[in-house]
Amino acid sequence: MFDGLQRVWETFFNLDLIGQTLPALLRVGLLNTLLLAVLASVIGVGVVVVIAAGLMSSKVAVRLPCRAYVDVLRGLPHILTVYLVGQGLPLAGITLFGESTYGYAALAIGLLEGAYMAEIFRAGFQSVERGQIEASRSLGLSHLETLRFVVFPTGARRVLPPLTGQFILVIKGTALVYLLGLTADQREMFAIAQDTAIVNASLSPLVAAGLLFLAITVPMTYAVNAWERRLRDGRKDAPTDTATDMDRALAHQGTG
Amino acid sequence: MTTQTTSQAPTTRGTPVTFDHVNKSFGRTQVLHDICLEVPGGQTTCIVGPSGSGKSTLLRCTNRLEEPDEGRVLLGDTDVTDGSADIDAVRARIGMVFQTFNLFPYRTALDNITLALRRVRKLPAEEAAERARAHLASVGLAGLEHRRPAQLSGGQQQRVAIARALAMEPEVMLFDEATSALDPELVKGVLSIMRDLAGQGMTMIVVTHEMRFAQEAAGQVVFLDHGRLIERAAPDKFFGAPESPRLQAFLSAVT
Repeated sequence: MFDGLQRVWETFFNLDLIGQTLPALLRVGLLNTLLLAVLASVIGVGVVVVIAAGLMSSKVAVRLPCRAYVDVLRGLPHILTVYLVGQGLPLAGITLFGESTYGYAALAIGLLEGAYMAEIFRAGFQSVERGQIEASRSLGLSHLETLRFVVFPTGARRVLPPLTGQFILVIKGTALVYLLGLTADQREMFAIAQDTAIVNASLSPLVAAGLLFLAITVPMTYAVNAWERRLRDGRKDAPTDTATDMDRALAHQGTG
Repeated sequence: MTTQTTSQAPTTRGTPVTFDHVNKSFGRTQVLHDICLEVPGGQTTCIVGPSGSGKSTLLRCTNRLEEPDEGRVLLGDTDVTDGSADIDAVRARIGMVFQTFNLFPYRTALDNITLALRRVRKLPAEEAAERARAHLASVGLAGLEHRRPAQLSGGQQQRVAIARALAMEPEVMLFDEATSALDPELVKGVLSIMRDLAGQGMTMIVVTHEMRFAQEAAGQVVFLDHGRLIERAAPDKFFGAPESPRLQAFLSAVT
């Protein structure tokens, strides 16, 4: 029993190895992880604008392909998508980024995250109450004006917190690009940890990377949750729904 | 009565509304059966009836939030149901107040009102704000211009909604169970505003369960049941000497 624990400790928590791995993780990996996450998110947002609009289209010919995109990319194991984009595209002669696997890595994660973000957008915008839209149309605003001035402001506020939450998943998602084989300078945290782990026949470097992922994702998760709570509850000085003096004064005017 | 054809804000009051053989189905359920109704200009017409009788649907046909399957709806001389009619321009002539207020949640009371003034009436920002402030004051909400809907009581929200509709200077006002979602003690404040408006000669179509309001403010009262117009009369006769057995049964149940 004690031997077992000792072996687990040696395998995962070899402090020497963790200490050796951390500098490279911080110097090269952290920056690449964040850069990949941002690039993938930018690509994802580009995807979202098209796909989310398509998901809400009333035309089946537009909606179905977008639906298929979202369902397939969310349904497939992410590893397969990363391979299909990162190795499939260059094999097919679509060399968007030349020899650089970095670009394909960002594209693969971006396309994946775009599918998840599109669903967030669709849900958020379709949650805007029909009554708001009817009120706007009844005032004479056109369909487009209603989208721009009524649906968008409400939808965007509902979409932002879960979208930020999705960004946390993108950060974790970048770990998958080690599959594509990056040059030494391009490696994100997980790739560096993976390489070090293989060389030393120990999983401790991966734990080191895990700790850094936690250091980024946990505070962000709490920040997003706090933000969501604030948006949901509104400002703290909101009065409760009771009659005001003015209501009572008006009530007395009415024939009662 | 004059008909406005310009894009200027119409200030004409007393525009009549005519429902001409209006039919409407949702799926296989016919909710309006051949409704013919004259709503005289400058008067209040109250529509009463049991839930599911088609009252709200008929009201919503006026500004085509529901599309009638057959028949016409006329606003003055304008055929609202004409496919070539500019529906946005027609809607700008008709104010509507909803049961659930339907204020824009992320806009202040003032901005709820100025949005359409600026986008539809094309008023400059200052003028729109000034008009919005005046209308908020006229419904007793001076000083609450910068509250968000969530910071207002239900009664205050509904009064903002009324001010929002009135600021457009509509020719006709539609009220769709405007007090049904309010706490009992907030109802009277909203009703008194509606009563004032009726007294000023606004054409109003009011779907309501407030029989007392219908009795006191309406020029005519209409009874709908199962999508059919059963009876229409002046309030005295409607409540005092109802003809059809169904209206008699309805009134004895609700009063």
